[in-house]
Amino acid sequence: MPQRYYPVIGMEVHAQLQTASKMFCGCSADYWEAPPNTHVCPVCLGMPGVLPVINAHAVEQTVRTGLALNCRIARFSVFARKNYHYPDLPKGYQISQYELPLCRDGWLTIVGDDGQPKRIGIRRAHLEEDTGKSLHVDGHSLIDLNRAGVPLLEIVTEADMASAEEAYRYLVKLRTILRTLGVNSGDMEKGAMRCEVNLSLRTAEQAARGEYGVKVEIKNLNSFKAVRDSIAYEIARQTAVLEAGGRVEQVTMGWDENRRRTVLQRTKESSEDYRYFPEPDLPPLELSPEWIQRVAATLPELPDARAARFTADYGLTPRDAGILTAERAVADWFEQAVQAYGGPPREVANWITGPLFAILRGRAEARGEGDEEDQAERTEGGDIASLPIGPADLAALIKLVDAGVVNRNTGKRVLEEMVATGRPAAAIVEAQGLAQVSDESGLAQVVDAVLAANPGEVAKYRAGKTSVLGWFMGQVMRETRGKANPDVVRRLLSQRLDG
Amino acid sequence: MPDELFRLTVRQAADLLRRRAISAVELTQAVLDRIYAVDNAVKAYLTLAPESALEEAAVADRALAAADVDTPLPPLLGVPLAIKDVILVEGMPATAGSRILEDFVPPYEATAVRKLRQAGAVILGKTNTDEFAMGSSTENSAYVVTRNPWDLSRVPGGSSGGSAAAVAADACLAALGTDTGGSVRQPAALCGVVGLKPSYGRVSRFGLIAFASSLDQIGPLTKDVADAALLLQVIAGHDPQDSTSLPAAVPDYTAALTADLRGLRVGVPAEYFIEGMQPAVEQAVRAAIAVLADLGAEVVEVSLPHTPYALPVYYLIAPAEASANLARYDGVRYGFRHPDARTMWDVFRLSRGSGFGPEVKRRIMLGTYALSAGYYDAYYLKAQQVRTLLKQDFDAAFQRVDVIAAPVSPTTAFPIGERVSDPLSMYLADVFTLAVNLAGVCGISVPCGFDEQGLPIGLQLIGPALGEASILRAAYAYEQATPWRERRPVLAVNGEPSAVNGDQ
Repeated sequence: MPQRYYPVIGMEVHAQLQTASKMFCGCSADYWEAPPNTHVCPVCLGMPGVLPVINAHAVEQTVRTGLALNCRIARFSVFARKNYHYPDLPKGYQISQYELPLCRDGWLTIVGDDGQPKRIGIRRAHLEEDTGKSLHVDGHSLIDLNRAGVPLLEIVTEADMASAEEAYRYLVKLRTILRTLGVNSGDMEKGAMRCEVNLSLRTAEQAARGEYGVKVEIKNLNSFKAVRDSIAYEIARQTAVLEAGGRVEQVTMGWDENRRRTVLQRTKESSEDYRYFPEPDLPPLELSPEWIQRVAATLPELPDARAARFTADYGLTPRDAGILTAERAVADWFEQAVQAYGGPPREVANWITGPLFAILRGRAEARGEGDEEDQAERTEGGDIASLPIGPADLAALIKLVDAGVVNRNTGKRVLEEMVATGRPAAAIVEAQGLAQVSDESGLAQVVDAVLAANPGEVAKYRAGKTSVLGWFMGQVMRETRGKANPDVVRRLLSQRLDG
Repeated sequence: MPDELFRLTVRQAADLLRRRAISAVELTQAVLDRIYAVDNAVKAYLTLAPESALEEAAVADRALAAADVDTPLPPLLGVPLAIKDVILVEGMPATAGSRILEDFVPPYEATAVRKLRQAGAVILGKTNTDEFAMGSSTENSAYVVTRNPWDLSRVPGGSSGGSAAAVAADACLAALGTDTGGSVRQPAALCGVVGLKPSYGRVSRFGLIAFASSLDQIGPLTKDVADAALLLQVIAGHDPQDSTSLPAAVPDYTAALTADLRGLRVGVPAEYFIEGMQPAVEQAVRAAIAVLADLGAEVVEVSLPHTPYALPVYYLIAPAEASANLARYDGVRYGFRHPDARTMWDVFRLSRGSGFGPEVKRRIMLGTYALSAGYYDAYYLKAQQVRTLLKQDFDAAFQRVDVIAAPVSPTTAFPIGERVSDPLSMYLADVFTLAVNLAGVCGISVPCGFDEQGLPIGLQLIGPALGEASILRAAYAYEQATPWRERRPVLAVNGEPSAVNGDQ
């Protein structure tokens, strides 16, 4: 029997903080699609004689994130210089944190591969500045320093993930928390959130001895799907190497999206010495416990807490509560609909996670975001705010169903129409004559006609195959274009078939 | 009205201007003429800005004309000053004495310079410096060797040698320099002028081209102690653009200047009188300490036991910081880019390889080594630990005394070229000044005599962090009680204009 290898996975995420200005100067941090080198000043250009000044808002955003990730917040932390030469690094060093980061020893919870809640440890979260961008055009390298100095939060996990799926779920959960806090857009394609993976394989015996396999880093991951696929690929690659009796090399791999495989970027021998040392231009950052407490008080309700509340207060299943709290916008939308509806919240949950999400998926496909990769970038319902209808409109529709004005299936069609036109449910029902038919004498005529036309099926029923009742229901619904009140139809059919 | 306006101190000039006895344009023109007359020999300036200086003087004259005689005026209104070339003046070249910044003109200004301007000062130009302030003789300038006005065959000290020589030669009324390990005090001593190194954080470093960020301070070089107090008054204070500048209020330094020293405790550290120092220097400094006692000071022995480690600690920490601070000069965004560079790494390698001089490269290599993986703990970290001990030495001493008296430099000005090939002997020129920067305290150099060759000697008075008022008080009382200020260097006057950027 072949040896089994267990993956050990850790992750580093770089998340740009959504602050008005850059980390150490007054330039606008909102550089997206701005002409190159227009969001720059002597400080972020690394001109002679200039000095950094810490962006207090970035510190606050980092502390909020640290608190949300259950980290210990350092009352005393230090910025450090990370030294290396590259044309998009204006000072020749990056101001980062090294020995004394702002946040350490935290965790977040994901659903593990066994379906149970699993804690992923957060080793540290620290604040640093982004670099500029190099563009390579016709054999020339062009530098855009708009991004240089944008505040960047680096979040490093413990090696607690055991599969590509767990790593993926960690990333989705982290993005949800960052978005809920309003500290990061979660946009991987725009580079607002970047990810590096480290991965090793080990046998059960190695694990029992507390040993690890050789660690491989994966960089250049530009989408959630790339993270998942590259991990799966590396696990397969390294397993094959080990099974063939080979040795895994300690290297850095990149993900080649086109060839759908990892490629060697750098060997250990050429790894750089960054010569970190404390940044002498910035005094140590000292935070008072009172200030940290005040920041803690500004935290919004986080996804896990909200899901627990949805289960307890609204009687949702943990699964539905999880789906509805994965995006803050969806959770807000749901709660507003519950409010407007007044009936059982589970009914609202069913309408949102069922028909409404199906419509949203259809809209995404129509926009050309239908392939698997784009699906992976979105949390379900993440674009709910783009709908032309609001939570109260859905509540009004559910009330029409409850009142028997339309049946459930027609209700779904009405919802599609509402999303397509932005018109309220009642107006669509009125205009298209979709109101449910409950008039017994009218429906009796249709029922009688259907029975008369299908004597064979009637005989089957009477011979004991009662499931044919459903087939008759469908026939009546077709004849009435779905408008028949199903309860009335069922009763009329039973009377005639059983009587 | 004196016939030689360039000989005025700042205070004398400000007083004459306030009384409308002279005009700012007259004064600035007189100093410019002096520069034309002597700087061909001294070579203190790298950039001279006569047009803008005369314009600024004219603006000062208009302000004087518009103001009521009783209206308080900005303290430096119409006073012409020189600025060391590592300090940025908007629109004026700033080479830092390096080829790598040959054509660099900053579109922004140092906070200290902005404060001088707000006080009404006229900026004459930029003075020579060792490349990136790395040196003790100004011979490491990529452009020109500045000469000591007392003996043109000798160095003016460094790295603020251009500023010290300009003040000594009356080629400005006062100047700004920078002091990372003695670069204001040592050239002041060697040129017979006053040089003040403020406490770390007292003066903003914004707009100072960084050498070693945790050590650098801007300080004044002046003809007398009262001028040093006046200039410090203007440039000191917290700056939101420099997070290491101190928020402490700026006291009235001029008010601290009194003639007697009763109640002042002066410490004399045995570790600052060492084997091998020039006998004339030791005699002059010991005589100066006796004068302080005569003026009422209580003189006591103190010990700064870690002093011998100051030099090795400095030559690990300063180069380490410099190795990062100078990484930005890469030929990508501004400054020198080698014309042969075709690839990215060639832009870095060739531009830095030919843009930096040998001493700068030596220190970048020293610092890079000290920070390298495997060496960091043994060198940089250990140096920081010893730095803490050095600071504790001063803390302990200042429990007992208000001021510490010591020599500035173990020797008087040495001949040009004598130490260029021996970096270690050059580094020893700062052996008495380095610890002050490492500890973040303040120090002043004030003339205290001459050696047998007529070369000036400096007395160093060291105070605790933010203790500038104490050292100014002691220096002022000493200066008033001694005749040294009356002796000035004699310079042959030569009508040839000099001092243009890039002058060899």
